[in-house]
Amino acid sequence: MKTIHEEDIINAVSRLCIDACTYLDNSVLSCLKKAKENEQGLAKDIIAQIIENDELAASENIPMCQDTGIAVFFVELGNQVFLDCDLQEAINKGVAKGYTEGYLRKSVVGNPLTRINTKSNTPAIVHIKQTLSDKLKITFCPKGAGSENMSQVKMLTPAQGINGIKDFVLKVVKDAGGRACPPLVVGVGIGGDMEICAKLAKEALIRDIDDEASDPEARKLENELLELINSSDVGPMGLGGKTTALKVKVNLYACHIASLPVAVNLQCHACRHKEVTL
Amino acid sequence: MILKYPQEKDKLSQLKAGDIVEFEGVIYTARDAAHKRIKEYLEQGKELPVDFKDSFIYYAGPTPTKPGHVIGSIGPTTSSRMDPYADMMKDLGVVGTIGKGPRSEECTEKYIENHLLYFVTTGGCGALLSKAVQEAKEIAFLDLGPESIKRLYVKGFKMIVAIDYHKNNLFKGR
Ligand code: SF4
Repeated sequence: MKTIHEEDIINAVSRLCIDACTYLDNSVLSCLKKAKENEQGLAKDIIAQIIENDELAASENIPMCQDTGIAVFFVELGNQVFLDCDLQEAINKGVAKGYTEGYLRKSVVGNPLTRINTKSNTPAIVHIKQTLSDKLKITFCPKGAGSENMSQVKMLTPAQGINGIKDFVLKVVKDAGGRACPPLVVGVGIGGDMEICAKLAKEALIRDIDDEASDPEARKLENELLELINSSDVGPMGLGGKTTALKVKVNLYACHIASLPVAVNLQCHACRHKEVTL
Repeated sequence: MILKYPQEKDKLSQLKAGDIVEFEGVIYTARDAAHKRIKEYLEQGKELPVDFKDSFIYYAGPTPTKPGHVIGSIGPTTSSRMDPYADMMKDLGVVGTIGKGPRSEECTEKYIENHLLYFVTTGGCGALLSKAVQEAKEIAFLDLGPESIKRLYVKGFKMIVAIDYHKNNLFKGR
């Protein structure tokens, strides 16, 4: 049994919040640089600005984007870990600390109807999965509203199949246009039920930007969707071009014989996520 | 093109959708909550804390300012959420708005009809855009935190003309 203390979680989470919002992963930057070479005119100029912005943020230790998001966490909790605290509470404390000390924007209202800012960016959204280990792995992904607001879930029928999925994903990307800050990473969740497919789509976004789905059908769909999306001419910031998406990530789960739930979670070019293992 | 406002006001009519402008002058930040409150003030007949006549509005809510900096990261937010306020801003004498993404058809028509300009800055480039801000002051609705109204003096503030005075709309068909 390993004991993990509240203080360690708070400090680790606080650091994650600041780092994720400030330093874009080199793998994402490389994708943007490759995309820039493939573009011309306004599209090229926009991607160049994005790269300049991300490098400036890292060198000056300032957030790359002002929307430092609602704080989303995927946590893997080992069965051999003893926590001396409420995990959700510890994460919230870490978020409040990180967002305050890191001068990140607090973008959360406590009640969607009365809409008063909680001024701490809490509560966070926390997904917990149990694993067989003595580790606590915390992955953080700040999710801005520009791209999140344009995400959609649809319950398709089995008869609509792959073509129905493709039509829906493309429609979501086109409807979003420049609002979601393309170039995007497109997370697609297929299967499960209504809420599981949405969660699959979000989880797809925290995959390594360069990886491919392990399921061969999902991998094929990722490639076909990427081609389809990039021929839509939405382009960087919705102003036309070849790079509407950098990557498409498809995650699958079992589902009911009568169902084909599909969720599309859009991630803007500020594709920020960081993880830590305690 | 460099545009100093209001000194070079005449240049506004020459702007064409797609032009890249390096703006110098005053802009005010206002986004969802500030617009909503302005509307409430007007409905209640209360005096507004800011005179928006001949001004530019930037749909933006920055990160908190770090010590030693003029302002935090300050990129645009999605403009279409402010579409329902087009008439109100026109009546207040606003010259143009700055944000990201397309406007609704109805809103675009209003902009064209009333000679309102619309510009976009590159979304997600809050760090870069903050470098163009030379002065910043929070002037109204301070309780709204990131959504308060701020008066900014910007120089070399890079924006793209999206709706001009000649009925051109960069997002047409998009
Ligand atoms: S969609 Fe992403 S890049 Fe664009 S403003 Fe929101 S968080 Fe920033």
